[in-house]
Amino acid sequence: MNALTPGGVLDAVGTTLLVFVLAGVGSIILGTLVTVARVSPIPLLRAAAFAFVQFFLNVPLLALLIIAVFALPDAGVIGPLLPTAIITLAVYEAAYVAEAVRSGVNTIAVGQLEAARALGLTQAQTLSLVVIPQALRAVVQPIANVMIALVMNTALLAAVGIVEITAATNVLNQQLAQPIPIYTGSGLVYMIIALAVGLAAGWVERKVAIKR
Amino acid sequence: MNDSLSYLYDTPGPKARRRVLAGSAVSAVVIAAVIAGGLWQFAQHGQLNSQSWTPFSQWPIWDYMLNAYATGTLAAAGLTVAMSAPLGLLLVLLRLSPLTPIRKITAGYIEVARTIPVLLLVYVMMFALPHYGINPGTIWKLAIPLTVAHSALFAEIIRAGIVSLPRGQEEAGLAVGLPRRQVFTAILLPQALRAVSPSLVTQLVSLLKDTSLGYVLGFFELLQAGNVLSSYNHLLIQDYLVIALIYLVPNGLLSFLASWLKRRGDRRGIPAASASRAG
Repeated sequence: MNALTPGGVLDAVGTTLLVFVLAGVGSIILGTLVTVARVSPIPLLRAAAFAFVQFFLNVPLLALLIIAVFALPDAGVIGPLLPTAIITLAVYEAAYVAEAVRSGVNTIAVGQLEAARALGLTQAQTLSLVVIPQALRAVVQPIANVMIALVMNTALLAAVGIVEITAATNVLNQQLAQPIPIYTGSGLVYMIIALAVGLAAGWVERKVAIKR
Repeated sequence: MNDSLSYLYDTPGPKARRRVLAGSAVSAVVIAAVIAGGLWQFAQHGQLNSQSWTPFSQWPIWDYMLNAYATGTLAAAGLTVAMSAPLGLLLVLLRLSPLTPIRKITAGYIEVARTIPVLLLVYVMMFALPHYGINPGTIWKLAIPLTVAHSALFAEIIRAGIVSLPRGQEEAGLAVGLPRRQVFTAILLPQALRAVSPSLVTQLVSLLKDTSLGYVLGFFELLQAGNVLSSYNHLLIQDYLVIALIYLVPNGLLSFLASWLKRRGDRRGIPAASASRAG
């Protein structure tokens, strides 16, 4: 392993944050789309979304990362390492986002839908103007929990050769042989990121709350 | 699965039925195109050749993988559950203690234990503790980090169940003169466990998935078996797809069990309480 400079440590933190932000945004968008498919009036789309969610909820992320990084190149599907890992992470977490958003759809009052129909909204309008906006507002905390899990899951990228916080921690420990401060330090970095996500979620929740 | 749909849309009339039919046709074409594209890509690189798949028609390869699943994945998960259950219950008791400092310290510990990546703890077991002469067997290097994370998660789930119970349950128990310990074990805990049984099963699925970290340790579980197997037969895609399937089937059944428990709880009017953190 290469020697790690102080700049390298910052780079590693930057990599973790970059992966988190890109995979996080990607998973929220994809997860919401999967939920739309899951509650659409088209049975085939519902079944496909259900299969998507069940697959990614029940197969380990590490297995998916290994398939994407080491196995798929054998089938000619090969891309740069970091984007491949980010996409895998985003698709995996999208299944959890979809579960969260769907639980939000279930909280929408029947009256809302009856009102939408009474106004003559089409099914697409009902979904995009009435159902999804309210469902997303109701699930800010559950989505934040998925995002915190995502922060922790970025560590798995170390296992496929990406130098993020966890991988850099190991390199640093090899160089300095000071396990206690080094591992405690990176544990703290993860906690700070998770704390920031939690606080941001609280802020977002207040911001988007519907005042009744 | 589609409990929300009954009221999401009107009963479709002739026009809506035509639209649904058209939508079905379009999505069938798109899905078929995606699958065909994937198969074409695989076929182009010889991944669908019969010799790449024939090994999987033989029993020994399945025997090898199922053996890894039983003696590795299930053993590590079982060991973790055996350690997490008592530890999780202890954390619940401390978390609900009448003494404020104990409550706060436990809450802090649980928060820490569930925001540190398990992989980082695995690396602590691999690279940090041997430095101080602590070097347990490989299964422990996997099960101890998993226990740290999952006991905290189990504790949070059970606590959510207890908090969701009506206050009258505890008060009635105390009023009839039961000691606090018995109020907890005979009244609060059984009801709480029933209320959170879906979350507990979901958490078990995530524990079974987390045992795949054994791959990093060189602990012989299912994913590590794939590693060994693919360096021997060079069928990476086939090996890992079959492994994904072996993870998928039992976990999928457990997920169905969880949603069945949830539906049953809803029918019986048991309020669902959950604090699970998806992983």
